[in-house]
Amino acid sequence: MTASDRSPRSPEETGLGLEVVFPSPRQIMQRAMLRHKGFLIGLAVIAAVALLTILAPVLAPHDPYAQDLGRRLIPPVWQDKGTWDHPLGTDNLGRDYLSRLIYGSRVSLLIGISVMLIAGLIGTTLGLLAGYFGGRMDMFVSFLITVRLALPAVLVAVAVVSLIGGSMRVVILVLGFLVWDRFAVVIRASTQQIRPQEYVAAAKSAGCSTLRILAQEILPNLMNNLIVVATLEVARAILLEAALSFLGMGVQPPTPSWGLMISEGKEFMLFYPYLVTIPGVALFLLLLGFNLFGDGIRDVTAPEGR
Amino acid sequence: MLVYTLKRLALAFLVAVTVSMVSFMLIRVSGDPAIALAGEAASAEQIRHIREQYGFNRPLLVQYLDWGWRAMQGDFGESPYFRLPVSQVMGDRIGVTMALGTCSLAFAVLLSLPLGILAAVRPNTWVDRLSLGVAVLGQAMPSFWFGLILIIFFSVTLRWLPVSGTGSWQHFVMPTIALGYYATPAFMRLIRSGMIEVLSSDYIRTARAKGLRWPKILFKHALRNAIIPVVSLAAVQFGFMLGGSIIIESVFALHGIGYLAWESIGRSDLPVVQAIVLMLSLIYVVLTLLSDILNAMLDPRIRVQ
Amino acid sequence: MDLILEVEGLHVDLPLPAGRLQAVRNVGFELRQGETLSLVGESGCGKSLTALALMGLLPPRASCRASKLFFEGCNLSTASEKTMAQLRGDRMAMIFQEPMTSLNPCYTIGNQLVEAYRQHREASRREARERAVFLLEKVGITAAGSRLKQFPHQLSGGIRQRIMIAMGLMCGPSLIIADEPTTALDVTIQAQILALLADLQQEFRMGLILITHDLGVVARMAHRLCVMYCGQVVETGTTREVFARPLHPYTQGLLRCIPVPGKVEPGSDLGSIPGLVPTPIGELRGCMFRNRCPKALPECAVEDHRLREIGPGRALRCLDAAAADA
Repeated sequence: MTASDRSPRSPEETGLGLEVVFPSPRQIMQRAMLRHKGFLIGLAVIAAVALLTILAPVLAPHDPYAQDLGRRLIPPVWQDKGTWDHPLGTDNLGRDYLSRLIYGSRVSLLIGISVMLIAGLIGTTLGLLAGYFGGRMDMFVSFLITVRLALPAVLVAVAVVSLIGGSMRVVILVLGFLVWDRFAVVIRASTQQIRPQEYVAAAKSAGCSTLRILAQEILPNLMNNLIVVATLEVARAILLEAALSFLGMGVQPPTPSWGLMISEGKEFMLFYPYLVTIPGVALFLLLLGFNLFGDGIRDVTAPEGR
Repeated sequence: MLVYTLKRLALAFLVAVTVSMVSFMLIRVSGDPAIALAGEAASAEQIRHIREQYGFNRPLLVQYLDWGWRAMQGDFGESPYFRLPVSQVMGDRIGVTMALGTCSLAFAVLLSLPLGILAAVRPNTWVDRLSLGVAVLGQAMPSFWFGLILIIFFSVTLRWLPVSGTGSWQHFVMPTIALGYYATPAFMRLIRSGMIEVLSSDYIRTARAKGLRWPKILFKHALRNAIIPVVSLAAVQFGFMLGGSIIIESVFALHGIGYLAWESIGRSDLPVVQAIVLMLSLIYVVLTLLSDILNAMLDPRIRVQ
Repeated sequence: MDLILEVEGLHVDLPLPAGRLQAVRNVGFELRQGETLSLVGESGCGKSLTALALMGLLPPRASCRASKLFFEGCNLSTASEKTMAQLRGDRMAMIFQEPMTSLNPCYTIGNQLVEAYRQHREASRREARERAVFLLEKVGITAAGSRLKQFPHQLSGGIRQRIMIAMGLMCGPSLIIADEPTTALDVTIQAQILALLADLQQEFRMGLILITHDLGVVARMAHRLCVMYCGQVVETGTTREVFARPLHPYTQGLLRCIPVPGKVEPGSDLGSIPGLVPTPIGELRGCMFRNRCPKALPECAVEDHRLREIGPGRALRCLDAAAADA
């Protein structure tokens, strides 16, 4: 008995004149992406914040560092005593909150992306090595990952930063060298899935060097997963930076970091809650944007992992 | 089963040793502990005295082995701030953190279990979207900020709960929610995806073909299989919660070891900090070991390996 | 022999992004007590979906309707899910293709054997256990008592499939549907399982619907068969009649594909049916086989092909005049 091929066939092929057209896999994915609300919302939020970051000098009405002790703790414009001069109010040193918020986005994005790059480099390399070579290398990398997971990351980061002294550079390096675990785990698992595929064996038997195989056969097939993890790790890094700055062990004042703004506002929050809610909402929205974006990509490329 | 356990024990021990080494080195290498202890106004003479007194002038490896050896006997040194044994200082406070961690874990599981199951049984309906919405919101909400919002809402506006401190169970409500909410998305997604996968499996089809009633299929057959990875996640999340307690405890001024770590870092009370890092790591290692054993008990197939 | 199953005008549709897939179209057959009916066809012809429709186990997005769907006098098209659940496992049982994954890995064989029996019959644990042991022995499993405590992963595929059969028989159903029960097993085990099914069917006087793509299995097991192509029944009859004189060009093609030692010249080509199976989406007119049929006529593209009775229990969906008249 002849075996039948299960994929849908064009009407011309079957000669029956049926009017059906089937889209290609790529078209299906593109259409899915454009239809996925989460993906679109996430993309819009990230784009908006990126725009804020780039155009900060143009958009911010005041200098975020300029103190004016005569205009301390002015509430946002929608509360009484608010003024359009300072739409989001001022903090306890009279600095314009809107401007600090806008410039704070720079800190968040810069740190988030830098940390993601460092952690991504470390984690992906480790994951590739473990997944591709297996055996002792895999045992060693898995051991490293376990050790890293056992360490209380926030605690260690706080301790190290307190000893060295906080600054953007320190935060980026400390976080970058701490949060590579998720990259390593995901890339390791993906590489393990890809490695037994026939095209890898084909490349090997054709005499390709290991580096070439990793770069040309394995890495391109990892891209979907890698992008999803990278997006979610940016969110995680932004969150960690905010937490560190909140504890005073991150970016140092007077640099406007949203975490730092929340911490500085905490003292006054019982009477001036906006000092805490506004930067928090900004943080929440940015994190939401990255999460929706990353989840959207994951849904479209590998929906089973939802 | 016994061999499996022994192997995991040996691995756990190795991890614990490595973690202790890493944390020890990190802290020593990040700055001069003698200077940190002496304070900013100390003279060179005072610093040298401290260095000798605490043995900071010995080679790093020797310091580590000395500390490690004593740590294994429960002696973590003395806290320069409290002038008490570190183990005593920690012992007084660890109960609070463990209670917080347990409550938060329970909160996360109790919230995510019904949501995850409902979402899996009715995929792509409003229930599913609601659960996913909860998950996404949970992931995007910074726990420290959520804690502050809870305070503003429940303590200031409604006056239902105390703002901060330890003392009664009411002091634990908001910290539990703030800490537990962050773990909910991970659980919910795992339960949902696990259930969806299990519900489409062949043995569920068999159960339906036998005419079993729906609750039985769901809870006896499906959940039993889907819950296996959740146990591992619970262990890992508990470990993370203990680590993340530093943030929540400082927001709510709960006197647990997270708060202690926070204060000790500020005071450069290094023996305490080192001991806490070691303790948290050890707890994590023990938890993952226990969850592996529990996994083997839950899934008959693993025992064969 | 009593009629236990009457199916007429069964349609199953699946919504796909490209349109509505008419996976099963106008399928009808009857089944009597003690009779084996085989649904034959290649992968994707709709035979499994037909079986799932009977059991009420279609995937949620599929829609099903029938002009007649009666099982032991009960109208399955209007039955509630509660009624269906009561019938399933008790009066009608289904055995699936993959014994390796059809059992829950976390529970013992005994546990899974007795649960449906205890629910449907409200039996005690001891009664259920005795019944399970009885049936395990019937299906040829030795040391049945100790097997009850074993887990599925400890047993081979052949044994697991026997257990699935025993599980199906627990409540003494009058209908068993076996969907490719031996496809996933070794050839030597296949024969044993089929013989077992035949014996059990005789002994318990059940109706058996055997779904397969293997004509050898049909020849050995089935009293009657329905040949399905692209969601439709194209030929029915007793096994003897159809094998001796296949009337539909598809059936003829299928039988030609089987190389018979002695009848086929060494060195000659193996038979095959050229072309590909179409996908039944959209407006479907005419015969679905015409693009591969050596006897296709221009009318085959236009006319509405109905399944026509050409003899007692013999039906054919084809315009081929010579065949119809003969």
